[in-house]
Amino acid sequence: MAYGPHTPDDRARMLEALGIATVDELFADIPEALRASPLRLPDPEPEIELAARLERLAGRNRVGLASFLGAGVYRHFTPPLVDQILLRGEWYTAYTPYQPEVSQGTLQSIYEFESLLGELLDMDVVSASHYDGAAAAAEAALMTCRATRRERVLVSRGVHRHYRETVRTYFAGGELDLEEIPLVADGPDAGTTDLAALERLLAESDRPVAGVIAAQPNLLGLLEPMQAIGELARGAGALFVSVVEPVSLGVLAPPGAYGADIAAGEGQPLGIAPQYGGPSLGLLASTDALVRQIPGRLVGMTADLEGKRAFVMTLRAREQDIRREKAASNICTNQALMALAASIYLASVGPHGLRDVAALGAARAAELELALAAAGAPRLHDGPYLNEFAVRVPDAAAVHRRLLDRGVLAGLVLSELEPDDPGLADALLVCATEVTTPEEIALFAWALADELSAAGSTGAAGPATAGVADDATVAAGAGEGEQ
Amino acid sequence: MSVTGERLQPTIFELGKPGRGSSKVPHPPRDALDRIPASARRAVPPGLPEVDEPSLVRHYVNLSQLNHAVDTGFYPLGSCTMKYNPKVNEWAARLPGFAALHPLAPDPIAQGTLQLLWELEEALAEISGMAGVTLQPAAGAQGELTGILMIRAYHRARGDLDRNEVLVPDSAHGTNPATASMAGFRTVSVPSAADGGVDLEAFRAALGPRTAAVMITNPSTLGLFEPRVGTLLELVHEAGALAYMDGANLNAILGRFKPGEAGFDVMHFNVHKTFSTPHGGGGPGAGPVGVVERLVPFLPSPRVLREGDGTFRLERPDERPHSIGRMRSFVGNTGVLVRAYAYIRAHGASGLREVTDDAVLAANYLKHRLAGAYDIPYERACKHEFVASAASIKRDTGVRTLDIAKRLIDFGFHPPTVYFPLTVEEGMLIEPTETESLEALDGFADAMAAIAREAYDDPAMVTGAPHSAPVRRLDEATAARQPNLRWRPTAGADTPCPD
Repeated sequence: MAYGPHTPDDRARMLEALGIATVDELFADIPEALRASPLRLPDPEPEIELAARLERLAGRNRVGLASFLGAGVYRHFTPPLVDQILLRGEWYTAYTPYQPEVSQGTLQSIYEFESLLGELLDMDVVSASHYDGAAAAAEAALMTCRATRRERVLVSRGVHRHYRETVRTYFAGGELDLEEIPLVADGPDAGTTDLAALERLLAESDRPVAGVIAAQPNLLGLLEPMQAIGELARGAGALFVSVVEPVSLGVLAPPGAYGADIAAGEGQPLGIAPQYGGPSLGLLASTDALVRQIPGRLVGMTADLEGKRAFVMTLRAREQDIRREKAASNICTNQALMALAASIYLASVGPHGLRDVAALGAARAAELELALAAAGAPRLHDGPYLNEFAVRVPDAAAVHRRLLDRGVLAGLVLSELEPDDPGLADALLVCATEVTTPEEIALFAWALADELSAAGSTGAAGPATAGVADDATVAAGAGEGEQ
Repeated sequence: MSVTGERLQPTIFELGKPGRGSSKVPHPPRDALDRIPASARRAVPPGLPEVDEPSLVRHYVNLSQLNHAVDTGFYPLGSCTMKYNPKVNEWAARLPGFAALHPLAPDPIAQGTLQLLWELEEALAEISGMAGVTLQPAAGAQGELTGILMIRAYHRARGDLDRNEVLVPDSAHGTNPATASMAGFRTVSVPSAADGGVDLEAFRAALGPRTAAVMITNPSTLGLFEPRVGTLLELVHEAGALAYMDGANLNAILGRFKPGEAGFDVMHFNVHKTFSTPHGGGGPGAGPVGVVERLVPFLPSPRVLREGDGTFRLERPDERPHSIGRMRSFVGNTGVLVRAYAYIRAHGASGLREVTDDAVLAANYLKHRLAGAYDIPYERACKHEFVASAASIKRDTGVRTLDIAKRLIDFGFHPPTVYFPLTVEEGMLIEPTETESLEALDGFADAMAAIAREAYDDPAMVTGAPHSAPVRRLDEATAARQPNLRWRPTAGADTPCPD
């Protein structure tokens, strides 16, 4: 066996102690008729061959592209200290801190996570973590139903489609209603939650609303009128759920500042690699008023019997191992190690560093907007954005495919995520962060202009842009070789 | 009780001081945020601490050293399978090709990961005897919810709308009844029989036209193979219900029992248990779910598909109309799945079978070693874990299982799972796993025997334990009555917040 310590002699000694001849006797209780057919799996692989296989598979992914893809998962600079701390076996090979006397490291780190995120979100209570932003949003939606004893939730179409779909799946069991609030179709507020529609949906007095869910920034990167959405929700006796991107909170108003009852979000941007979608970090937080409704573990400060400060899992009566079918959720295993990564990240960049990260992304995004507009791809909407926005590109899917061959991952083809929204046909959703370089922007703009002019749909980029891009092409080409 | 004594470690907030910290990114241009309306802007910076890098690193290293972990010592936490976490898997998951891949990367640039996921699905299907597998669920409990929602969709698709009950044995993990509730079902608890298996008569009585599913953990949380599993499965199917297997204890039956072959319809895997992905202080894990053919149409979307030309792609939205939909964003906890894949490849068929054989041998050996000093409620051969009880010790000395658990800490061991399953008085669920040496098993058995003797000779030593841990026993009552759930940088945090 690859990792086992037992020698043939060890096994013989254990069998002898048990008074049996072979280990098969320990499986005699499996009925003959139900015993397994032989396992058909490849032979065991020595570590040197396994390592080579894994390197080959990893090498088959192309990650050295100039990437402008966000849409829920973002590239950021993670200080190497984060992963070096995460690699300590004391962190990653422990489990849920059921025995607080030998788990104070994990417990204090969770308390600190609750505190750091409490500051960032400006919320009272932060759950120790959920699976991802979508599952956290689903738990938030269920919370609103439990707390208000109502069965109808409104979610803005500005909330990531995967989140809306996840809430819908979670709602199937309780036969709860989920309705979507449309986005404004045109004008200066195009792409943001339609407040008039929200008002109409809230006014159906025979179908009271438990919660209203909106995202800041929204799926299209636009800034939403969160204050106004929250006021409308409260006016109808509904709870307000704000779905946030945590790095943006270095510069954007936190959910607590505009009266959100619950905050949910994806913590991946806080020091966690994209990893093809996970493990990431579901953030879920609430006001004190909802502390007994919030699912997931909570760690509190207490003292030991000598008065020494210590930390312990608390308010456990919400949890499945205590309350079984009456629990607030079935969640058990969470994303604790990812919460630790987020804590270390936040502590290492600090309040000013986080602001710089968010503001630098905003600055790079503004440069990207100018460059793409010059290349013939203007913004799709007029409203303010932070670091992600949609641009209009004729035949977006084909252009996106061709740009890949030129070393550019040109964001997301919006019609692939939202196929039923005609307003999003022929559009790319692009983002920039602090790791986006001017050279990458120039490469994108040059290649896009070239594609668009080849298609005869717009003029080519000016010579100055093209000049920058020539160098960038070389640099990006070299980068691709390193994947 | 309030904090009157020393602090083990300062909090990260107490280490901070305005002006400390190191700059990780350049300052942005001054006008970077001018285009953001003031109404959307943050009025005051978040109250995060400003900490220098050396202090920060020392903080997290010092904190880590307060933990017991698999890498520091024996961790026989029953039902959690705290086996060794191979280091090559950590290396693999961090390869840039895997780690830096964006989940919305177009299929042509994600072929390596898609191939790995597809091969992992195939391997899990083979191990479980199931027809199809989803890798989407992020943990075992989410796998359970996925499975029960599929069962719900299956009945509804057949027009069978009255099935609103899920049968759960009383020895089950708390996640089972909690899952049934989340999926909109009423939980019907079924008692255990004297031999630890499901009580057949009670089971028969509970089963009926309203039963949607039966959730069975096999081997059970007592570490026992369900002796009447064949009959149970026949009864379930006769009643028109489906059989869900909680795969938490799969480490006991690899290569010996394939749930899909035996007649289970759905099962989840806990890759952080069976396939060695690390537990991370509480997560992340992953909870893939396998199903038989008739449930494949209901699997969550998207699945990973292999095309005729050998390339791989993700299913497109609405490609499978009966799918229950999404359980989460993107495709799953891929980084965790890379580790599980590496583990399965490292072992192959013969290695996985050996894992199970060694895990079961070790558990039976340890049970045999403890039999003199502790009650063993179920004496027949266990699988990968077993229940011991301190009921006799408590009756004779007043020393409880909780005390014994705390005293084990002084001997350098992580305590077993205690007071679970709920059906055993003063129970402790002990799971040694296959990666502990004979010397470690003997050391643990010796410590348990010594503690049992202490309970009679010097009970205060046991009831006052732990004596050598970083902290003594905690005041959990005040923590719950006056919850202090976060540091308030301005208010000071030692005074619990008023209700």
